Amino acid sequence: MHSFIKTSARRTMISLLAVTILTGCTDSGEPEPVGSPPRMRLITTDQYINSLKFVFGPSVNTQGEFSPAERSDGLLANGAASAGVNGTQLEQFQRSAASVAAQVVDEEHRSYLIPCKPAAEDAPDNVCASEFLSQTGRLLFRRALSDVEIERYVASAGAGANSLNDFYAGLDVALKGMLISPDLLFIVESTEPDPNNPGQQRLDAYSLASRLSYFLWNGSPDDRLLDAAESGELQTKKGRALAIDRMLTSPRLVDGVRAFFDDMFAFDDFNTLSKDPLIYPAFTSVTAEAAREQTLRTVIDHLIVHEKDYRDLYTTRSTFVSPELAVLYEMPVPSGWTPYTFPPDSLRTGLLTQISFLTLHAHPGRSSPTLRGGALREVLLCQHVPAPPPGTDFSALSNPDAHYPTQRERVRAHLEEPSCAGCHKITDPMGLALENFDGEGRYRQRENGVLIDATGNLDGVEFENVVGLGQALRNNSALPRCLTERLYSYGTGGAGGAERNRLLEYFNERFATAGYQLPDLLRTIALSNSFAKVIDDWSPAPVEQEPSGDGRQADAELQGVAVTQNTEREAQ
Amino acid sequence: MKKMSRRHVLRGMLNGGAISIGLPLLNCFLNENGTALASGAPIPVRYGTWGWGLGMTANVFVPKKYGFDYDLPEEIASWAAVRDHINLFTNSVAFPDDAPNPCHYTGWVIGRTGVAPMDGKSIPGETIDVTIANQIGRTTRFKSLTATANADVRTTYSYENTTTPNSPEWSPLQFYKRLFGPEFPDPNAEGFTPNPKVMVDKSVLSAVMDQTKSLMRSAGAEDRHRLDQYFTGLRQLENQFALRLQKPEPIVACRPGAAPTVDVPMNKTAESVALRHRMMTELLVMALACDQTRVFNMAYSSAASAIIKPGYEKPHHTTTHEEPVDEALGYQPNASWFTRRAMESWAEFVGAFAAIKEGDGTMLDNVLIHATTDHGYARMHTMDNMPVFTAGRAGGKVKTGLHIDLKGGPGTRVGYTALRLMGVDSPSFGTKSNRTSDEISEILV
Repeated sequence: MHSFIKTSARRTMISLLAVTILTGCTDSGEPEPVGSPPRMRLITTDQYINSLKFVFGPSVNTQGEFSPAERSDGLLANGAASAGVNGTQLEQFQRSAASVAAQVVDEEHRSYLIPCKPAAEDAPDNVCASEFLSQTGRLLFRRALSDVEIERYVASAGAGANSLNDFYAGLDVALKGMLISPDLLFIVESTEPDPNNPGQQRLDAYSLASRLSYFLWNGSPDDRLLDAAESGELQTKKGRALAIDRMLTSPRLVDGVRAFFDDMFAFDDFNTLSKDPLIYPAFTSVTAEAAREQTLRTVIDHLIVHEKDYRDLYTTRSTFVSPELAVLYEMPVPSGWTPYTFPPDSLRTGLLTQISFLTLHAHPGRSSPTLRGGALREVLLCQHVPAPPPGTDFSALSNPDAHYPTQRERVRAHLEEPSCAGCHKITDPMGLALENFDGEGRYRQRENGVLIDATGNLDGVEFENVVGLGQALRNNSALPRCLTERLYSYGTGGAGGAERNRLLEYFNERFATAGYQLPDLLRTIALSNSFAKVIDDWSPAPVEQEPSGDGRQADAELQGVAVTQNTEREAQ
Repeated sequence: MKKMSRRHVLRGMLNGGAISIGLPLLNCFLNENGTALASGAPIPVRYGTWGWGLGMTANVFVPKKYGFDYDLPEEIASWAAVRDHINLFTNSVAFPDDAPNPCHYTGWVIGRTGVAPMDGKSIPGETIDVTIANQIGRTTRFKSLTATANADVRTTYSYENTTTPNSPEWSPLQFYKRLFGPEFPDPNAEGFTPNPKVMVDKSVLSAVMDQTKSLMRSAGAEDRHRLDQYFTGLRQLENQFALRLQKPEPIVACRPGAAPTVDVPMNKTAESVALRHRMMTELLVMALACDQTRVFNMAYSSAASAIIKPGYEKPHHTTTHEEPVDEALGYQPNASWFTRRAMESWAEFVGAFAAIKEGDGTMLDNVLIHATTDHGYARMHTMDNMPVFTAGRAGGKVKTGLHIDLKGGPGTRVGYTALRLMGVDSPSFGTKSNRTSDEISEILV
C-alpha cells in the first residue's frame, strides 16, 4: 500500500507497453468493452457495518447479522445482485437501525454527529433537521437527496418531535427511516447515455462511485468520491484515475481486499465449521475464527503491504500465528498475533497448508483428499467439479473387508470404479498431496502407523509432496486467471459468459506484465471501460408516472406485481 | 413420547459437560396449560413443516402393517408415544422428469415446491409454507417463523421466491429475544398503554414506502419484483407496529418463561443438535400458543446433513455413502444411528404440540405439520420409496395414526392435501409428473 505511489510510474510504463503489444483493441489496449447490466445489489452485513462506521465513526456501535445471500458462480457478491429482502430480514435491519439511530442522537454523540443545534430541544426545527438529514442522507444513500426526499424526512422528524416533544427523538425517527430505506439497503445502479459512444449507456457518476467504492473498500463512497461524481470529474479518464489511485492508497483498501478474499475463499463456511470434539478436541470455534484471520492477514501483508506476486501466496512460508493456532502448528505459543516464517524444511508452504484451507475442506473427523482437491479446483482455479451422479452404487467403497490404512488406499476405490473415476481423477491426485495434514490441519507423517505417500500431480506436473503441489499450483496458468475472473465478477456484480473472455484475457495479460501485483490488477479493472459500461442490449425501464388519486390503487397494483405460485405455473 | 422433565433433559445432554441452561426456559412441557383464546374467538388452525436430511433405510423404517396401529420398526421406534398423532406415507416418489437431478437437492425441492429444479442452486418458486402463509398468516405478528437445529443460518427449506430464502433462527437465545423480548405484545400483561414512540416509528414507514414506490417506478421487471417483496416486508413491519398499539386479547396458554441464559455450543454433534432442536421447539410452540404466527418451519438437519456422531470420523452424509452395510443387521449401523436421532427429535416435536392444551384438546388438534426429506435411500441417492409424514388434526379435518402406501405415486399429494386443508383454493400442486390434484382422502375426516 505504502509503496503504491512509488511504483505507479512503473505501472504507467507497463500500461504503455501493453498498448503497443495488443492489437484490435481500443486506444487503452482494452478489447472492445462488453460491460455489464446495471445492478441492484442487496447490501451485505459487512457493507452495512462498514458504511455506517464510516458515516458515524467507530464510537457508534454498529452491530447486525443479516441473512446472507446465496453463493452464485463462486461468490456471495454475485448472489447479492439477485437477493430479495423478506419481512424477517427487514426486521433485522430495523433492529440495527433502531440501535444506531438511538446512539447517533444520544447526548454523547449528538454534539459532534449533528452539525447544528435546534432552536429548542423540545420542538421541531426544520432547518437543523434538514441540514443533518441532507448531509447524512447523502452519505447513506450514496447520492444527494432530492428536495422532495429531504422534505419527506424532515416532515417525519418534525412529526416525531411534535409527538414526543423532543427534537432529537424526531431526528431519531427520521434517521431510522433512512436506515431501513431501500436506497440504503439496495445499492441501486442507474445509467445515462454515454457521450463518448452514441447510442450506448454507461453507469451514471453516482453509480460508478458506488461500484468503485464497494469494489475497493467494501463500503460506501466518501465525501470526496461523491464530490468527484457530482462535479463530473469521475466520468473523465483523468478524474477517474485520480479517484482510483486515491482509493488504492486509502486504509479502507484493506477492508475491501479482506472482504473479497473472504468471499472468494468461501470463508463464510467458518461460521458453521464444526469438528468432532472427541477426535479433534483442540479445534473449537475460536480456532476456526483464528484460522480465517491468519489467512486474511497473510493475504493483506503479502498483496497489499508488500505488493508481492499473487502466485507466491501459494508458496510463501511467511504468515502470522496466534496462541489459538500455535497448538495445531505445534510451536511455542506467542503472546498475540505475531509474524512468523516457517523453516525451510517445513512442509508448511503457502495458503494450502494453512489451518484454514486444511480444516474447511475436510470432514469433521478426518481429512479428505477429495474435498481438498475439489476446493483447489473450484475455489482457486475456477474449475467445475461435477457432483456425484444420482443412483451411484457406492459398494466399491463399502467393502466391509477393506481396512485401508491410509486415505490413498481408500480413495483408490474411487478410481477403480468407472462411474467415480472421471471426477475423482480431477480432485484426488492433488488432494492426496495434502495428506501430511489431518482433518484439523495438524502435521502427521503416518496414518494408522503407515508412512503417508503424499506424491501426486496437478495437470500433468508431478510432485513428491505438498511443497511440489504448492509450486505446481503457483505455476498453473489458471491460478491468476481465476483471480482475475472472480475480481471482475465481484466488482461488477455478476459472472458473465464467453463474451467476457477477451476482456479477462486482457486483464490477465496486464496482471502478468505487472508481476501479478494485486493493486495493479485492481487499478486495471477499475479503470477499464468495461467496468462502467452498460451492456449493449440493455435499455432503461420506462419510468412510470406518479399515480394520481389517493394512492391506494397504486398500492394494490404494487402488491400484485409478479406474484408466482407453484400452483399457477402449470398453466404457463 | 417418553415422559421426561426438562431438567432431566438438560442434565443428560452434552455428556454432563460444563454447559448450563437457564431454567425454566418455558413452561409448555411441564405444566398444565389453560385453554386458549379466552376471548371466545375460534382457535386458529396452523401449518408447519419439519425437514430432515438423508431419508431412511426401508427395511428398518417402513412398517409392515398399513392403516391404523402400524408397527414401529427400529428407526422409528421412538415414535411410540406419538404414533397415533402421525400419518406416515411411504413409497412415494419425487420425479425429476427431464430436469437434471442434483443429489440431495431435487428431492426436497420437489417436496416443498412440487417442481423439479433445473439446477442444484435455484429454487423454482415459493415453497408450500409461503403459499399457505399468504393464505393464513397475514394477521399475526409474524407471517411465519423459521428455525433450524443445526446452527447453520443457511439451512432452510423455506423460500419466498427463487432468490430469497427464509433464513432460519439458529440461536435459541436470539430467537427468544425476537419472540419475547421488549417488543413482545404480551396478551396477558396487566394494563395497556400505547407507546407514543411506536406510533411515530410506524408513521415513518409511510415515508419509506413512498421512497420505495418511487424507486419501483424506474426499476426493471426483476428488480421491481424484489422491491415489491421489500414493500411487502414494510407492510409486515407496519403490521407489527400496529399490533403493538392495540391491547391484545388475553390467551391463557401464552406463558413464555424466562429467557435462556446460555446458547447451545456452536457445533453439529447430534447432542447439540438435539438440545437446540428442543429449545427451538419450545419457543416455536409458545409462539403459536401466543398467536404470534400461524405458520412455522423447523429444520432438524440440512439435506446432505453434516451432523456428527462424536468419536465416529464421518458426518451423516459421508456415512450414508461410505459405511458398509452390516450383513448381519441388513443396514448401515452408523447411518441408521443418525436417522434414529432425527426421528427421536421428530417425536419430541410432535409431543411438544400435544403437551399444550387448547380448547377441549391440545394444540395438535389445530395444527398440521408436514415433514419431508431429500432422498429415500441416501446411500444410493434414490428418490423413490421416499417417506413423508404429517402430524396433527388440522382443526379436526384430519384423521391421524395411519400408515399409507402411496404406491409409487408423487409425494406431492401430501402437499396438495395440506394446501386444501389450509384453504388454498388451488386446482393442483406441482408440475409434470409431480403434478397432482389428488388429495389423500384416507386421512380426511
